[in-house]
Amino acid sequence: MQLTLWTYEGPPHIGAMRVCSAMDKVHYVLHAPQGDTYADLLFTMIERRDTRPPVTYTTFQARDLGSDTAELFKNAAKQACERFKPDALVVGASCTAELIQDDPGGLAHALGLDIPVIPLELPAYQRKENWGASETFYQITRALAKPVEKRAHPRPLCNILGPTSLGFRHRDDLIEIRNLLNQIGVDVNVVAPLSATPADIARLGEADFNVVMYREVAGQAASWLQRAFGQKSTRTIPIGVGATRAFIQEVGELAGLDVSHILAGSKGRMPWYSRSVDSTYLTGKRVFIFGDATHAVAIADVAAKELGFKIVGLGTYSREFAREIRASAETYGVEPLISDDYLDVEAAIAESGAELVLGTQMERHIAKRLRVPCAVISAPVHVQDFPARYSPQMGFEGANVLFDTLVHPLMMGLEEHLLGMFRGDHEFRDGAAPSHLGGGDAPVQTPEPIVTVDQTASLAWSLDAEKELRKIPFFVRSKARRNTERFATERGLARIDVETLYDAKAHFGR
Amino acid sequence: MSLPLGACATSPQLDIRQERGQREVFCGLTGIVWLHRKIQDAFFLVVGSRTCAHLIQSAAGVMIFAEPRFATAIIDERDLAGLADLDDELDGVVTRLIARRPDIKLLFLVGSCPSEVIKLDLSRAAQRLSQRMRPAVRVLSYSGSGIETTFTQGEDACLAALVPQSPLQLATQEPSLLIVGALADVVEDQFRRLLSVMGIKHIDFLPARHAADMPAIGPQTKFLLAQPFLTDTARALEARGAQHLPALFPLGEEGTTAWLWAAAQAFGIPRATFDAVTASSRERAKQSLSLHREQLAGKRIFFFPDSQLEVPLARFLSRELGMELTEVGTPYLHRRHLADELAHLPQDVTLVEGQDVDAQLDRCRAQKPDLSVCGLGLANPLEAEGLATKWSIELVFTPVQGYEQTGDLAELFARPLRRRELLEV
Ligand code: SF4
Repeated sequence: MQLTLWTYEGPPHIGAMRVCSAMDKVHYVLHAPQGDTYADLLFTMIERRDTRPPVTYTTFQARDLGSDTAELFKNAAKQACERFKPDALVVGASCTAELIQDDPGGLAHALGLDIPVIPLELPAYQRKENWGASETFYQITRALAKPVEKRAHPRPLCNILGPTSLGFRHRDDLIEIRNLLNQIGVDVNVVAPLSATPADIARLGEADFNVVMYREVAGQAASWLQRAFGQKSTRTIPIGVGATRAFIQEVGELAGLDVSHILAGSKGRMPWYSRSVDSTYLTGKRVFIFGDATHAVAIADVAAKELGFKIVGLGTYSREFAREIRASAETYGVEPLISDDYLDVEAAIAESGAELVLGTQMERHIAKRLRVPCAVISAPVHVQDFPARYSPQMGFEGANVLFDTLVHPLMMGLEEHLLGMFRGDHEFRDGAAPSHLGGGDAPVQTPEPIVTVDQTASLAWSLDAEKELRKIPFFVRSKARRNTERFATERGLARIDVETLYDAKAHFGR
Repeated sequence: MSLPLGACATSPQLDIRQERGQREVFCGLTGIVWLHRKIQDAFFLVVGSRTCAHLIQSAAGVMIFAEPRFATAIIDERDLAGLADLDDELDGVVTRLIARRPDIKLLFLVGSCPSEVIKLDLSRAAQRLSQRMRPAVRVLSYSGSGIETTFTQGEDACLAALVPQSPLQLATQEPSLLIVGALADVVEDQFRRLLSVMGIKHIDFLPARHAADMPAIGPQTKFLLAQPFLTDTARALEARGAQHLPALFPLGEEGTTAWLWAAAQAFGIPRATFDAVTASSRERAKQSLSLHREQLAGKRIFFFPDSQLEVPLARFLSRELGMELTEVGTPYLHRRHLADELAHLPQDVTLVEGQDVDAQLDRCRAQKPDLSVCGLGLANPLEAEGLATKWSIELVFTPVQGYEQTGDLAELFARPLRRRELLEV
């Protein structure tokens, strides 16, 4: 028994739903009690899906137990086929139905349906959402993909594997990947699971190789395709400029195409923005990264190599990919954090002294509590992770997006910091909240006097020195005041004049 | 939990259709989302699966709590395979929890489908843990499982578990009025003010805001149900000798007046006093409706079953705002508690108890109502088909009872329609 406050992943049947509802002409009959229908709202509310997910729940009740839950399942499956007319039926059980052992696969086969039935065994007390997605995609692929004659095709042909419903930026990443492949000169045979039909899955074998966008979903299916049809897969996750270039290279090799002209072309704005002098302040910023393994590892590389941050923590909630995280953590000389207990994650972030957190929606809340800026880089998703604008993570445009995503919270943090520091100055209204927190309409209050009485009250500033101090830009003024007073105290001076001010400046400026 | 089916004779004139099929409703665990905010020193520990944890997290919507006062003890393989002793495991989880949260005075062990199916006896566990942690923490149990409870029935089960634990009221004590059902604090305060000005001295609420303040209950208790879904709680109160005051539910001006009047009558308050105390609030409530009547009158509304609030809401919308009822679906219909409500519905209304979501969607599409009240899983798909919707869950989370909230309640229904008029995209 494990005490859980918040979970990073849902149960494995949620993963199955993410695959099935991404596809077309597939229906999923889930043996489950009524409360499990909450899952629909993940799709309709978080992703703003405009149709119901293609899922029928049997919604058995206590009074059905022991009598006719199996019958209930058969009826539900039959009715779902009549109503929705899918080309393939996926069947399975959620945690409760797993305990009553009705064997949805056997029951569905007994119906003698004229479409393929794909039974799922998703151990709900052992596995989680991403595993469920991977297993579902693998089972669907294995059941439906058929050996096919490779047809002559003018350009090399690949499948794109991995994008699902409720995936972090999958929608936009896919557009970016399609564009890249087109530039390279590769055509796309099938994209799956997103928008694929059972007929599309059947012809996966026609492609020359596979592009795996998210290992969490498509890794297992891709290795089966390699065994079954000899299709190789890409290993590089094209997140960041460097990785995108490596991806282009890799695709070029798999397709037997020369990609040098693309590599010589534009890399987007990110490299220049990062080299621009105003980005100097990003150097060595301490950053803590947590998410699914694909995103955590990729973002760590971007943070370290393309933005000049210092990685002070790296982790994932998916144990299945602990190895990848460990390897990456080692290169950055940090302890890997493999945990799905968000309290552990909170403790690790607090201890790391991070100045920026790149994580999931959970880390966003942790960061808010710790008052550290944060950007979201991975699932579990939230409605905010489905922006109206085009916002990929992959490819050169994705790198541009990442520059903005990773740098803006720091700029806002800086702004907030300055506000706190100069709250007393007349340039700032006292009590004004940082503008990005919507403090714009806070009431205007009388600014506090610039001269504040402090513990060094015995130190008197001459009028001239005070005037001189005001000429110093506001954002370093209080530091100048502090330094000057410290200088005067150390030397036993009772009075600060203009001379003292500049002596102090020279002293500390050494 | 027994079903309220056939609890009392049906209103003779109304035809109530039963429907069975796929249900599209939350389970009783969802009640934790509002109950944990109401009882401020209680913790809700679901004993269940990752699905249960995910449900509550998703229903809570935004994850804004530093450390929420609810959690899930997730049963794993080892527990099921008998490799771990479930009692020991549960004790371990609770011990860790209480060590971290010494502010917790009342702990609910909440049963789920998996815990019910493996027959984990949580009431025994609660007794055992209560013994051990007394007097610092009291431990109670109830079931919020989806095989036994639908959405708001979780609150019913929780309150029903509290009743036997409440102090016994002595027969010599003064008569008290008990208002039953979680209400927003602001609504409670309004009701308390009105009723005490009328002259009712002893007014209690169940649940109380703190574990130590749960009211005394006995034969001197007369209770008003603030919510229509409190079947088991009412039964437990009656078993303690308390007396139910049947009334309309306090939604809208009419409902609130009837509800308060039921209490006033039971405590011998003269009508003149009652009228004098409520007059200005009633006037304000009516006033607040006039703003929305123009928008809503004559509009056709369809209810998908969700919170059991459907019947009182339908009564309010048809009588006070002139809306036309197409179909009123409700997960369960307690004939006795809703007798007054049913008598106030138009004779030709279509009432459906239970659910077959696909058939119901077909009927909804055929009816083309101006507004459909439904759960979050259905709302966007219906909007995309051109049907305006009102999410039913907001009706449970928002303060809607009483005079001062009457306008807010109407506004919840008017807003989607007004928004459609505003938008030009
Ligand atoms: S329906 Fe049952 S298994 Fe599902 S979330 Fe509710 S209690 Fe848990």
